[in-house]
Amino acid sequence: MLLTDNMWLQLLLDLVFAGVVLGVIMGIAGYTVLAERKVASWIQERPGPNRASIPFIVAIPVIGRFLQRIGFFQLIADGAKFLFKEEPTPRHTHRFYYVLAPMLALIPPVIVISVLPFGVWWYEGQVRPLAIANVDIGLLLVLAIGSLGLYGSVLGGWASNNKFSYMGAIRAGAQLISYELAMGLAVLPVVIWAAMPGTTGGLNMMSIVESQGTLWNVIWQPVAALVFLVALFAETGRLPFDMVESETDLVSGPSTEYGAFKFGLFYFAEYINLVIGSALFTLLFLGGWNFLPFVPAPWPENFFGSVCTVVWFTLKTFGMIFFFLWMRWTLPRFRYDQVMRIGWGMLVPLAVVNLIAYALIIPLVDKFLK
Amino acid sequence: MAKIVERPKLTLAEKTYLPQIIGGLKITFKRMLRPWVTLEYPEQRPQLPENYRGAPTLVCDQNGREKCVSCQMCEFVCPPKAIRITPGKIQNPAQAHVEKAPQAFEINMLRCIYCGLCQEVCPEEAIVLQKVFSLNSRTRAALVHDKRRLYELGGTLPDNILKWDKKLEQAKAAEHSTH
Repeated sequence: MLLTDNMWLQLLLDLVFAGVVLGVIMGIAGYTVLAERKVASWIQERPGPNRASIPFIVAIPVIGRFLQRIGFFQLIADGAKFLFKEEPTPRHTHRFYYVLAPMLALIPPVIVISVLPFGVWWYEGQVRPLAIANVDIGLLLVLAIGSLGLYGSVLGGWASNNKFSYMGAIRAGAQLISYELAMGLAVLPVVIWAAMPGTTGGLNMMSIVESQGTLWNVIWQPVAALVFLVALFAETGRLPFDMVESETDLVSGPSTEYGAFKFGLFYFAEYINLVIGSALFTLLFLGGWNFLPFVPAPWPENFFGSVCTVVWFTLKTFGMIFFFLWMRWTLPRFRYDQVMRIGWGMLVPLAVVNLIAYALIIPLVDKFLK
Repeated sequence: MAKIVERPKLTLAEKTYLPQIIGGLKITFKRMLRPWVTLEYPEQRPQLPENYRGAPTLVCDQNGREKCVSCQMCEFVCPPKAIRITPGKIQNPAQAHVEKAPQAFEINMLRCIYCGLCQEVCPEEAIVLQKVFSLNSRTRAALVHDKRRLYELGGTLPDNILKWDKKLEQAKAAEHSTH
C-alpha cells in the first residue's frame, strides 16, 4: 500500500500493517483451538471448556461470566501450560534438526499469510486488495510455500529417531505429494477463468476473487471445488485424512517425542494451516468478499465499504473453519491404503477430466456469452 | 467350505461416498442442538439411586445404642481386607455379659472396594453403605476411618426390632405374671 512518498515512513507503515495482520491471524488460529474443543464437546453433548478464568475480569457482571462460559481464557491457560511445562529432550534425537523442525513447521504458513487478501479498499479511484503483499503469482506462492510446512513434519519425524515418528513423517510426505497434485489440477480451471481475455494475472488472488463477482466458482465449477476441498483436508491433515498423527497406530506421529513449547509450535502450525486453508477456499471458490452469488457487491466505495468486505470475508472464513471442525467430529479416519487410493485413483483423474472439460468450456463462454 | 459373502451392489452416488458424509454431517449437527448430557460436577450433583453403594459406615439405632456386636463377620467377608475390629466389652452393664461391642473399628478406605458384602453379611444391620462417594484427603492416615469417624458419617438408622427394649418388656411382663 503506497500511502506516502517517504520511503522510511512507508516501511514503518508496512511493518505495522504486517504486524497487525499477523497478530490477528495468530489470534484467530489460537481461538480456532478453542473452537475445536467447543465444537467437539457440543457434538458430544457436553459443555466443553468453561472453567478457566481471570478473577478480576470474571467479576465484571454479565460479560465476565459469559467469557468464562465460552472458555475465552482457556487459550491463555493452554499457552501458559505449554510455556511452563518441563521440556525433556530424549537423548536419542538428532538435536539440531529436532529443534529446527517445529520452526520449519510454523514458518511457511506464516509466510503464506502475507499474500492472502482479506478485503479491498478504494484509493484514487482504484480497487486495491488489503493484503500484506499483493503479488502477481499469489496462488502459486501459496501452493509452493504452503506445502513447505511438510518439512517440519518430515524433519521432526526423522530427528526424533523413533519408528512411530518416522512412519508418521513418511506418511505425511506420501500424503502431501499425492494430494498436492490433485489440488494443483483442481485450481487450474479457476486460474483459467480468472485470466480473462484482456486482463493480466490469473494467478493473482485479487483477480481470482474479482472473477467471481456474481458467479461463485463453487457454483459453476463444483467438481473443482470438491476435489480442492478434499485435497485441502488432506493437506491440512484434518481428520478423515489425519494419517500423519493417527494416534491409534502411530502414538502421535512426528510430534511424539516433542513436549512443551516445541509441541505447541507443531500444534499451532496445524491450526494456522486450518485457518489459511479456510481462507484459501473462501478466496478461490466462495467468492472472497463478494456478497452473495448472483447479487452484485453492495459495499459503498469508502472506508465503511472496506470494513464490510473484511467482515464478510472473515465470516465466510469462520464458516469454513466451522465446516472443517464439524467434519472432523463426523468422520472416522480412512485407512492408509484408502487414502492413497482416493488420492491417486479418484481425485487425480477427476481433476484431470475436470481441467480438460473447463479448458474447453471457458474459451467458448468467453467467446459467445460475453 | 469358504462362505461367500454377498456384497451389496452400490449405486454410483453411494460409491462416491458423498451421500453418506452428508448424512453423517446431519447427524452430528442435530447432536449439537440437543441439551447436554453431562453434569457440571462440583455444582451439580448426580442423582444417586436408592441402592447406591458408597462409603461403608457404622450406624446407631434411634435410641443412640450402637448396633455393632463385633461379631467380625464383616471383617471376615471383606474381600480386600479393609476392615479391622478389636472386640471389647459393652458399656451398658445390663447387657455386658450378653454381647460385645467393638472397642476399635477401622475401615481403610484406601482398600475398600465398595462391594457392600459387609452390609449384606451383618446380622445386626450395623454397617451400612452410605451415598458418600467422594472421599479425599492429603494424608493416607485420614482415609483410615476409625470408629468415631464411622459413626459420624453413619449417623442413625431407625430400627424396627429394638431387641433390647423387647427383651426388657418381656422381662417385665414375666415379672408381672409371677406376682
